[in-house]
Amino acid sequence: MNVMLLPAAAQLMHIPDGFLSLAISLICWGITAVFLALAIRNAQEAFDERLIPLAGIMAAFIFAGQMINFPVAGGTSGHLIGATLAFIVLGPSLGLLAMAAVIILQALLFQDGGLVVMGANLIGMGIVPGYAGYAIYQFWQKRGGRMQLAAAGVGAWVAIMMAALVVALLLSFSGTTSLAIAVPAMLGVHALIGIGEALITVAALAFIRQTRPQLLSREGEAQASNGWIAGGIAVAILVALFSPLASASPDGLESVAQQAGFLGAAQDAPFQLLPDYTIPVLGDGGASTIAAGIIGVLVVAGLMYTLTRNLRKPSE
Amino acid sequence: MHVNTFDRYESRQSAIHQLDPRVKVVVTVLFIVANALLPDGAWLAFLAAWALLLFVSGAAQIGLGWLLKRSLIVGPFLLAAVTVVFTLPGNGLAQWQLGPWTLVPTDAGLLRFVSIFIRSWLSVQMAILLTATTQFPDLIHALHHLRVPNVLVSIISFMYRYLFELANEAGRLLRARESRSAAGVNGRSSSGGSLFWRAKIAGHMVGQLLLRSFERSDRVYNAMVARGYNGRLLTMNPHHMKSSDWQLGGVGVVAILLIQLVARL
Amino acid sequence: MNETTPTLLVNDLRFSYPDGHQALNGVDVVIRRGEKVALVGPNGAGKSTLILHLNGILNGGEQVQIAGMPTTRKNLPQIRAKVGLVFQNPDDQLFSPTVFEDVAFGPLHMGLPEDEVRRRVGYALAQVGMGDFAGRLSHHLSIGQKKRIAIATVLSMDPEILVLDEPSAGLDPRARRALINLLDELPLTMLVSTHDMLMVRELFPRMIIMDEGRVVADGKTAVLLEDTTLLESHGLEKP
Repeated sequence: MNVMLLPAAAQLMHIPDGFLSLAISLICWGITAVFLALAIRNAQEAFDERLIPLAGIMAAFIFAGQMINFPVAGGTSGHLIGATLAFIVLGPSLGLLAMAAVIILQALLFQDGGLVVMGANLIGMGIVPGYAGYAIYQFWQKRGGRMQLAAAGVGAWVAIMMAALVVALLLSFSGTTSLAIAVPAMLGVHALIGIGEALITVAALAFIRQTRPQLLSREGEAQASNGWIAGGIAVAILVALFSPLASASPDGLESVAQQAGFLGAAQDAPFQLLPDYTIPVLGDGGASTIAAGIIGVLVVAGLMYTLTRNLRKPSE
Repeated sequence: MHVNTFDRYESRQSAIHQLDPRVKVVVTVLFIVANALLPDGAWLAFLAAWALLLFVSGAAQIGLGWLLKRSLIVGPFLLAAVTVVFTLPGNGLAQWQLGPWTLVPTDAGLLRFVSIFIRSWLSVQMAILLTATTQFPDLIHALHHLRVPNVLVSIISFMYRYLFELANEAGRLLRARESRSAAGVNGRSSSGGSLFWRAKIAGHMVGQLLLRSFERSDRVYNAMVARGYNGRLLTMNPHHMKSSDWQLGGVGVVAILLIQLVARL
Repeated sequence: MNETTPTLLVNDLRFSYPDGHQALNGVDVVIRRGEKVALVGPNGAGKSTLILHLNGILNGGEQVQIAGMPTTRKNLPQIRAKVGLVFQNPDDQLFSPTVFEDVAFGPLHMGLPEDEVRRRVGYALAQVGMGDFAGRLSHHLSIGQKKRIAIATVLSMDPEILVLDEPSAGLDPRARRALINLLDELPLTMLVSTHDMLMVRELFPRMIIMDEGRVVADGKTAVLLEDTTLLESHGLEKP
């Protein structure tokens, strides 16, 4: 189980059919349809007749980029998921279309993610991480230089955490898993995956900044994107608010101790890689699971900030 | 990498393969929606849905073993769902001691878990049958016909075309990295360097791939313009609904409705 | 159009890229109906830039005329049907999932009715000897097959002139031979940019040498290939 878990964790983003209730699936499709319609409209305005080949090939790039991995430790490897990178380099509307194409094709061709739950997967792997990562990047990147890369790293990491949180919430709302387990488990596993994502996003952006800086400084689009920052922050806040609200949901909170026990057994391996992030914190109840999640997020965010600063040094 | 790496089409001469792709998409989606509507523990209905699935895979000449192997993809998610066995309130079935913790599986939890598993497993197998019996370009045509927004469908079509090319390019970058990274003196590390260094190399590969993809999109755009593209992508969809398509589609829909009826009797 | 109107007329064409690099310094080319002409020269000579002007991807305006029609913005839809441009990398040229869709792309975007499109796809594929390939997936083809299909994608538009960029590059000997035979048999006006001097000698009675954005020689292949000094001063070799 411990060897399986991390590669499997990347799979944990693609929800298969059957794991979400029909109501949740349809609501997600509704939200997704609005975002996709807006993205199509904005992208058509911005890219005109270049849109289709550009978005199609960039989607294929993200798919291929996800194959590039690097060894982290103990037989695990880090790799790209890509929403933050796609949104930063392509802009939010084209970025979302590319991510959407990736998710749709993965479901249609490889059954990686279901069809009826596809709306939820588009929210979890495209909309939420994309806008969250992009908003954080836009908020800090204006200071330029290393801050730009650090912002991308933090954005990429938070994006993955947001995605994990959304998946956990959707699963618990559907009664497929218990919130008290799903939230810390998903966040815990993805805190590690997020580091891989952040490192590779930062390194890719550093490379692009050196070889083709004009890609990252398209004036017209940066201006148009101010509205998107607000949108992204709104999504982020919404998700953050959701999580304590949802903790009030009554699914089996009386047996939290047992849950935590089960969790401890199942999640042992990945947590050993991050020894400071310990299980006992989670032991007492719904509120502390959220608290643990937030503490974890903050700790790793600080870590990420230091790491991304260090990462830049050798190449200057 | 072989050119078939990303193809999931199983070439056969069956009635299911020849069925109009629209019918297959609609019936598959209806089947999955209907599965989601089946209540926990509707064993007879689950059985009937499985019978329908067996019938389709038999008619499509797709082996059950093959289907079973591909359907393992839902595995990792069962890990997320298995927790309901212990968290859903109900009558305790047993008591397991696991270190300092006691786990109590409940009957309601077990029922929920098994039902989630069955629904998901049935759904994913029908989706697998859809791609196994339909060439992906035909699936794209079906989306066109079914009024999925044109821009989105066209993007997916381009993505499909360049999936293999770009994955191959990524593969070449990975191979080049491997051929240059020798094992360390102690023989332990074949990856070399610090974590950051490794991440940097991988990031540079991603960046490289991104720039090449950008350039390729320019060249492809030029090739499109050279053949008269002016922003409106036209396609010909060589599919026409025959009466047999309507009939088989109708049979599928009736079967799905019957399964719902069985679940509610 | 009368008999004396050249199929391709390029008159004092100049072009510099946005970064300031002057790619074309006054290029003159005249190609008459039925001619098969080779375009040679070192990398960076301006061959590809010239080719991009021929159907208006880069704007040559009045300086470039196809069968008497200047490549102004207004004429571009007709120009694109008249000039069949095949790019070097067939993976850029073949951007549709299936062979049929790719060969149908040009005629479809010319606004032809579907029956006519189908007829032309069949005809074009037959001409390049790939009649059975309509239903095949593009990414399953070998590079030699892709090159032939790439030519079919413009033949289906029934062009006045076929313009090929490096058609024999990257082919194994057998595929190269098949391609040379195909170009030999096609009864079309042709301008072919290439480094393959053996093919030039075998296939093209006339050749144009470009270097540093100019035409430095234009004449009978048999004569120019004997002029070793000329060839060597422009980085070329006698085959």
